[in-house]
Parts: sequence; structure tokens; C-alpha cells
Amino acid sequence: MMIALVLALVVIASVAFHLLSPWWWTPIASNWDYIDNTLIITFWITGVVFAAVVLFMAYCVFRFRHQEGRKADFNPENKRLEIWLTVATALGVAAMLLPGLFVWKQFVTVPDTATEVEVVGQQWSWSFRLPGQDGRLGTSDPQWMNLDNPLGVNPHDPTGTDDVIVEGGELYLPVNRPVKMSLRSIDVLHNFYVPEFRAKMDMVPGMVTFFWFEPTRTGEFEVLCAELCGTGHGFMRGYVQVVEQEEYDEWLQEQLTFAEYANAVPVEDQPTRLAERY
Amino acid sequence: MGDIRHEANAELPPLEVPDVMPPHAHGWWAKYVFSQDAKYIAVQYACTALAIGLVALVLSWLMRLQLGFPGVFDFITPEAYYQFITMHGMIMVIYLLTAIFLGGFGNYLIPLMVGARDMVFPFVNMLSYWIYLLAVLVLVASFFVPGGPTGAGWTLYPPQAILSGTPGGQQAGIVLMLVSLILFIIGFTMGGLNYVVTVLQARTRGMTMMRLPLTIWGIFTATVMALLAFPALFVACVMMLFDRLLGTSFFMPMLVEMGEKLSYGGGSPIAFQHLFWFFGHPEVYIVALPAFGIVSDLIAVHARKNIFGYRMMVWAIVIIGALSFVVWAHHMYVSGMHPWFGYFFATTTLIIAVPTAIKVYNWVLTLWRGDIHLTLPMLFALAFIVTFVNGGLTGLFLGNVVVDVPLSDTMFVVAHFHMVMGVAPIMVIFGAIYHWYPKITGRMLNEAMGQVHFWVTFLGAYAIFFPMHYVGLVGVPRRYYELGEPAFISTPVGGLNAFISVAALIVGAAQILFLFNLGWSLRHGRDAGSNPWRATSLEWQTPDTPPRHGNWGESLPLVYRWAYDYSVPGAAEDFIAQNDPVTPEPPGGRL
Ligand code: HEM
Ligand SMILES: [Cu+2]
Ligand SMILES: [Cu+2]
Repeated sequence: MMIALVLALVVIASVAFHLLSPWWWTPIASNWDYIDNTLIITFWITGVVFAAVVLFMAYCVFRFRHQEGRKADFNPENKRLEIWLTVATALGVAAMLLPGLFVWKQFVTVPDTATEVEVVGQQWSWSFRLPGQDGRLGTSDPQWMNLDNPLGVNPHDPTGTDDVIVEGGELYLPVNRPVKMSLRSIDVLHNFYVPEFRAKMDMVPGMVTFFWFEPTRTGEFEVLCAELCGTGHGFMRGYVQVVEQEEYDEWLQEQLTFAEYANAVPVEDQPTRLAERY
Repeated sequence: MGDIRHEANAELPPLEVPDVMPPHAHGWWAKYVFSQDAKYIAVQYACTALAIGLVALVLSWLMRLQLGFPGVFDFITPEAYYQFITMHGMIMVIYLLTAIFLGGFGNYLIPLMVGARDMVFPFVNMLSYWIYLLAVLVLVASFFVPGGPTGAGWTLYPPQAILSGTPGGQQAGIVLMLVSLILFIIGFTMGGLNYVVTVLQARTRGMTMMRLPLTIWGIFTATVMALLAFPALFVACVMMLFDRLLGTSFFMPMLVEMGEKLSYGGGSPIAFQHLFWFFGHPEVYIVALPAFGIVSDLIAVHARKNIFGYRMMVWAIVIIGALSFVVWAHHMYVSGMHPWFGYFFATTTLIIAVPTAIKVYNWVLTLWRGDIHLTLPMLFALAFIVTFVNGGLTGLFLGNVVVDVPLSDTMFVVAHFHMVMGVAPIMVIFGAIYHWYPKITGRMLNEAMGQVHFWVTFLGAYAIFFPMHYVGLVGVPRRYYELGEPAFISTPVGGLNAFISVAALIVGAAQILFLFNLGWSLRHGRDAGSNPWRATSLEWQTPDTPPRHGNWGESLPLVYRWAYDYSVPGAAEDFIAQNDPVTPEPPGGRL
């Protein structure tokens, strides 16, 4: 008896919490409002199903609870009903899956206009590399890593010499320009995650992963690592500054290129200690 | 209705295995410690699982203290926090849930429900338990070695699992974890072969596959799946052990750790993830399918009604079992695997929703026009449906590849899997214990304590995990020792986290009451009689309660009908036992 009431209350409380509580996603700052929309569709469909099933259950418990002389029906199967329910469920699922796959296609299709930015993760800090004048990043490999070359840029690849190296966890991006984030790690798994951008992707040592997005408003956004990477995981933070184009160009000017890097930064100021094996 | 019910005078097929009494044990040790009786082994499995589960529960308190009141408890360092989540997760999934469903309920119920005298290989069955116990002890030992247990997360992803930046990575912690898992799998395989062969070969006369209670279908299918899925984990553990101890590079690419180049090279961290989840996803259903089966029977018995759509239910179990082997990479949408996999795994994942939904419909339709007795098992079954539907539906968010991108690795995921594979199966375990305890001990569990336990656990667990989804939706990552107040959070989640933590402490305390009840009722419980719930399936028809060695006295029961003849029109009582040969003539002719 009481349980019927409580079941109904669980539905009411859940819906009320969803609608009234202040906890909701942070305002978006990228082009991925498609993802938000798919999420909203999913909330609606699943919310209706949840309420329907639990309220139906509450009704059954209330209406068919044991009382003196009550006898249950005997009806083993009902083909028609079962087929109907199956078809309706399949349609509901398709209504969520199809928009989902459609948006996934966009998510994994990087536009030609996107500029490439490399993010390098290591325990427990972020570094970045941006293409120089030639607009291309040089190749890289852990085997080239040493004190003067903390990101392992290939010194024999001419496209790499003008690459801009940023250590210390602050990346500038121009607003309203699509960027492809190429992700690398030099030690363990990490994950580049900015809640406002909605996108994230693991960084895996030994391979280059990617995602793309377009920042749609200026501001400072905190980068969190979203893949367990050891004791410092929760403290592995950085910032992305989304700025207007002019400010971005200015900032880029001040950064060191790969060629300059080796000479400019005294060893004791470099953030990582690197073995002098190479 | 085909196979479901025989005409009373139909020929029964002969036994497939001859009816031999398993040898009687001589002496106290052989009878009570090194027992080969599946019923004893079941109780040993269940007690061990609950004991180690208690450790996992205490760890969850400690984690919640840290999350709810960051900075207050000095002894919870980041190292300790990651060790807690790792041990908590692994214990809950493997050493508690898998062990209690298959080793506990499987051992107790399979021989009794199929009408066998015991498992077909009693000696191997006994070994299975002792190896499981050894696995648990090795796991526990890791708390006491220098460096403590591993803090790699229950997913144990390399490279960090075996490097020095992770607690236990370069010490004994990870080694003991891998060894313990390997032992667990060896032990499980011994038990698992038993469960499968017993169901296939040792059913009594008349017990066709399509007359098995759904409990057996669930446990059987889950065991087959486990036998296919655990080898992937086994291989992954062995290879990682080699990487860690012998310096091989199965999962280790060339890498520079803390400025030092290691001698690894050429391996693939993603290969480990594929192996892990090839096991890990079926594992979810290895826990869920026995729960599905058991809850179907709880609902039928306590609503005095046949389970709706029995054949559909059987097929749904089998189809879910099969499909769950082709969805594993939905745990890896943002792992960096080829993005095209996303299309495939999202599609297969959402297809599984259909047979799963059918099961839910059939449970609630069984309630429709039933005669619902609100006993403790029924209450827990209802709580299971609520939490399972809730957790299943959020699975549609995470399965739908692009929706998973913002949510993955946030507290939304933690909320989702706790609801669907933490709380929901545990509700079934509780319901099942309240249901079968009378058969196992001959006494009923105390009702008043049970009521308190139920209400606190159900409402408390919902209060813990429902709001947690919104913490994740805000963007709070999982496995974060301390988040602080980053700018993206407009309404602080601190208060909500403190609320969740208090709820977790209360729910945990209620479990102590439950454990107390288990012990207290052993002596003081009401006498149960042989069939207190007036149920049809064979375990309630044993000549003795608790059943003796060999289960059935002189001769095996003969089975004439399915397990769901409740409230049959024309019958004198509202149930007809499976071994009752008399089918009543209903008023309107045969069904
Ligand atoms: C009162 C009950 C429980 C509470 C309060 C609880 C709490 C928690 C917390 C706080 C975390 C860590 C979240 C994070 O920082 O990422 C966690 C992780 C986890 N829990 Fe539970 N839990 C409970 C029961 C269970 C049960 C029954 C299961 C069985 C499936 C389970 C399985 C896991 C798993 C697999 C993880 C993930 C560990 C990892 O991230 O490596 N928990 N739980
Ligand atoms: Cu990281
Ligand atoms: Cu991390």
C-alpha cells in the first residue's frame, strides 16, 4: 500500500528534481549544441518511459494488492501485446540513435578549414604545439625527446622548426575558427576535457588521437584531465583562453618556436627533468 | 503452450545421468569445511562474498567522506583515495556480485531447482570455492604490503597501472591484484563448468529446458557467458603481469615517465582496453542475468501469477547474452580507437535495449491482475525494477556514442552504473536472501528488521545515485580526489555531495542491520516450514527443510509442468507444484 504511494512519489520527486534543481550543464562555448540537443531528446524519451513504467507499477501494486478472496488471472502470453511493445520500443530507440549517429558523423569529420593544434599530456601537466608560418606541424616521436626537445619534435623534419611550443598549461585559441586538436601523451593515458566545449578524447602514448570543435565565445575555460593518470590526476589542470583574432596573433608572436626553444630556456627553468640519454 | 505443460499421463523421458547418491562425507572436516555438497559450498561462497563486500562498503564510506567533505579527513590522501576506488570497484563487481550470484545462488539453486542430487562434479566444485577464497586472501593481502593496494582504477588501464605515478604500480599492489584475478578466474571456471553441465545433463525426468524456472535460465546463461568472457581478462592479466615483471611490452609503447625514458616499446594500451571490455561488458550481464532470472521468480511467486511471456523471457535472456559480446567498445568511445567503430557499437548497444525493455514490460505485466503479496522479496523486486529501469534508461545516453562524449568519465557514468549494476542487482540479492533463507536455514528472517532494511536501502540508494547524475551533467569528472570550485560550475555541487555522502553512511549502516538479522534469525527466526511462500518450483518440495545431503530422499522428483502454475483456474489452491501430476480441469475446458 505504502509502496504504491512511494513509487509514485519517486517519479514525482525525480521529475521535480530534474526540472527545478539548479544543477544543469554549464553554458556551451562551442559548436556542439547538436550534442546538447540529442541529449535533450534522450532526456524526454527516457523520462516519459521511466514515469510510465513506474507509475504503471504503482497502479498495479495499489489495484491488485492482496486482499481477502483475491485471485490472480491466468494468462501466460499475449503475442499481440508483446509484438506491439517490441515495435514501439524499437521505434523509440531508433528516434534516439539516428540523430545520434548523424551528429557523430559531424563529430568525426574534421572540416578542411580547421587549423591544427597539438596537445601533449604528461604526468601531470599540459603542453601545446602550434604550427608556425608554414601552417603545418612537424612529425614527432618519443625517441627525440630530451631537455631541449621536451615534446619530441623530429629535429630532421624541416616543417617542425617553426612550430610554436607552449609549456605550462595555457593555450590561446581564436574565436569562431574551427580547430583540430591533435592529442598525444608521452607517458600514460590522459584525456583533454573542457566541459564548456562538450568534446573530449583520450590521449594515448604511442598514437595521435583527435577531435575538432569551434569555440563560439571568448573567455577563459578550465581544462581537466578526464582519464585516470595516477595520483595527480585530479590536479592536472590547464586553461584555454578563447580570444579575438588580433589578441591571438599577438600572443602567438610572443611564444618560442622549436628552433628558438633549445637556446632560450635555461635548463633549470624547464618544467620537466629529462634524462640526458639522447 | 507446447512444452510448458505436459498432459498428466504423458510419458516422461528417461534420466540422462543415472540417479546415484553422491558419496556421504565422513567426519566433521569433510562435512562442514571441505564439503563437496553444493549447498554448503553455496553458503561458503555467499558468506565469503558478503564478508569481502563489507570491506568494499567501508571503502565506499571513506570515498564518500572525501567527496562530501573534502579536506576534512587528513588520512585520505590522493593515493589512498585512488586505492579505495580501485579496491571498492573490483571487490563489488567481481568478488561480491559475480561470486554471490554464481557461486552462491548458482550452487544452492541449480541442483535443487533442476531436481538433481548435487552438482555433477562435486570435488571440482569444492576446489572452486577454495581457490576463490585464496583469490580473496591474496586481494586482502595487498592492503598490507608496502605501498598498499593498487590505485589504478578497477579498469587497471596500462601504462599507468604498472608505473610509479600510480599507487602500487611499481610495488606489490598491482602484482597481487593481477594474481588474485587470475586465481579467481581459475576457481570460477571450475565452478562454472559444473553449473553448465549440471543444468544440461542432470535435470530430473520431465524437467525440459523450457520448464526451467527463469532463475536457472539466468544463472545458466550468465555462466556460459562468463566461461567465454573471463578468458579475455585472464589473458590481459597474464600479459600485464609479464609487462610488469619481465619487461615485455604487450601493452606498453615507448614512453617517457617523469623525464626518464623507459625500456618499453611497441605495445598498445588500447589492446588492453579491448581485452578488458571484451570481458567487462559481458560481466555487466553476468551479474544482471541471474538478477533478471531471480527477480522474475520472485515476482511470479509473490504476485501469485505466472510470469508473463515465459518463452519471450527465455529468448530475451539468450539474445541479451549473445548480443552483449558485440557491444564492448561502447566503453571506449573516447579512447582514441578508430571513430568508425562508434557507428557499429552504438547501433549494437541500442539494439540490446529492445530485449531488455521486453523483460521490463513482462515483469510489470506480471503484476497486472495479480494477487500481489507485499512481502519483503516482493518489495525488493519492485525496488529492483525502479532502479534497473532508471539505470537502463541512462544507459541509452551513454550508449548513443555522441551523447556519451560529454558525459563519459564524469559522475554521470558513476551514477549510471551504480544504479544499473550496483543497486539493482543488490536489490535482487536481498530479495533472494529473504526469499530463500527459509529454505536454507528452516527459519524466516525477522520481518521488522527487514522492513527497516528495505526502506532505508531503497530510498537511500535512490537518494545517493539519482542526484549524482546531475553532478556529472554539470561536468564533474569521476575519479577526482578533489575538484575545488572550477569556474564552469555555476551552482556549487558541494552541498549536494555532502547530502549524498550522508545518505551513503545511512544506507551503509542499514546493511549492518541486515547482517545482524542474518545471524539473529538463525536462532530466533520464526519456523518456516517447508514451503512458506507456497511456491511451485522444486526446491520448495524437498522432503526435508533444510534439504539433506542428496536433496531428494529415496527417489528423484518427477516433473509434470512448468514452474509457473499459479492461480490456475479450477485448481483447489493458488499454486500447483512442478512435481504434482494432477492438472485440474478448468471450468471452460483445457487451456
Ligand atoms: C552504498 C553503496 C555504494 C556507494 C556509496 C558507492 C560509492 C562509490 C564511489 C564514491 C565511487 C568513486 C567515484 C569516483 O570518484 O569516481 C565508486 C566507484 C565504483 N563503484 Fe561504488 N558505491 C556503492 C556500491 C557499489 C556497488 C554495489 C557496486 C557494484 C557494481 C559498485 C561498483 C563501483 C565501481 C565499479 C566503481 C568504479 C571504480 C573506479 O572508478 O575504478 N559500487 N563507488
Ligand atoms: Cu592526465
Ligand atoms: Cu588524468
